[in-house]
Amino acid sequence: MSALQPRLSPGRLLGFGLPLALFAALAFMLARGLQHGHSEALPSPLIGHALPAFVLPQLTADEAPRFAPAQLKGQVWLLNVWASWCTSCKEEHPVLMGLSREAQVPLIGFNYQDKPELGRAWLAQQGDPYRLTVTDPDGRAGLDLGVVGVPETFVIDKQGRVRHKLSGPITPEVWRNTLQPLIQELQGA
Amino acid sequence: MREQGQWMRGLLAAGLISWLLSGAQAAEVSAPPQALPLSQSEASLDERAQRLGAELRCLVCQNQTIADSQAELAMQLKREVRQQLARGASDQQVRDFMVQRYGEFVLYRPPLNDATVWLWGGPALLLAFGLGALGWQLLRHRPDKGDTP
Repeated sequence: MSALQPRLSPGRLLGFGLPLALFAALAFMLARGLQHGHSEALPSPLIGHALPAFVLPQLTADEAPRFAPAQLKGQVWLLNVWASWCTSCKEEHPVLMGLSREAQVPLIGFNYQDKPELGRAWLAQQGDPYRLTVTDPDGRAGLDLGVVGVPETFVIDKQGRVRHKLSGPITPEVWRNTLQPLIQELQGA
Repeated sequence: MREQGQWMRGLLAAGLISWLLSGAQAAEVSAPPQALPLSQSEASLDERAQRLGAELRCLVCQNQTIADSQAELAMQLKREVRQQLARGASDQQVRDFMVQRYGEFVLYRPPLNDATVWLWGGPALLLAFGLGALGWQLLRHRPDKGDTP
């Protein structure tokens, strides 16, 4: 009689357990995907490579010489991409002002797809944390940097290579936990 | 009454269509006389740019292609694609240009490589597994095995 058969025959175990295990694995993967969300920044293909060269005029001083990243070779520095139309930039601005007061690392601004006069007004109003800011009104140089949404921040090492790209505002936590340790490590290298 | 309503709707639709058509015609007529008709190469460039745009992901609206999107970045990338093609770039050169800046994620159709082998092979593997399991079950429960009434 079938009732006397062992409950967990190998066939039953396989026929029932395997699909269940597969389903559980799939559900687990999908759940993890949901938690990550798409706010998870995509890794920049620039990491470990030289920052694409650009030569751009400065935003705040028309007469000032154009800036090219090569001028900062030998230093660890930050390139912060921002725009006056960007709301999260306002969020990170106090952090940037703090960084500029502490002067731990040169901070270069990159005014992206913005009218220069609006960019200048923004800095005049909010305070200017940057050593200098370049202007890229048509976003062509930003395209070479792979800028997707502002703010974005690149950490550049002494050799001029991109070591980290942050998409989104620099919060005090991100600064403390990610950027500051990396910068110190790179400065010591 | 209902028939009349339908008739009215038909009339309205016909009017709308003819109005749109006349508008298009007017636009054609009002083009500056010195503008030459699109040359063959221009038209084929547009077509290539459109086709490439349909292969490239809009980075700020990730489930759309740049061809479908009106987002600022998508418009910029569309212009860039068109310009590069006009300068004589091949389709592959344009794709490489985008991948270099935005990573392989920008390709709407992921390439087959180490990272995507499960993505491409997974469904076939699952299908093979399912068919195998089905076949096995069918063989096991063959009527001549004696477990039928």
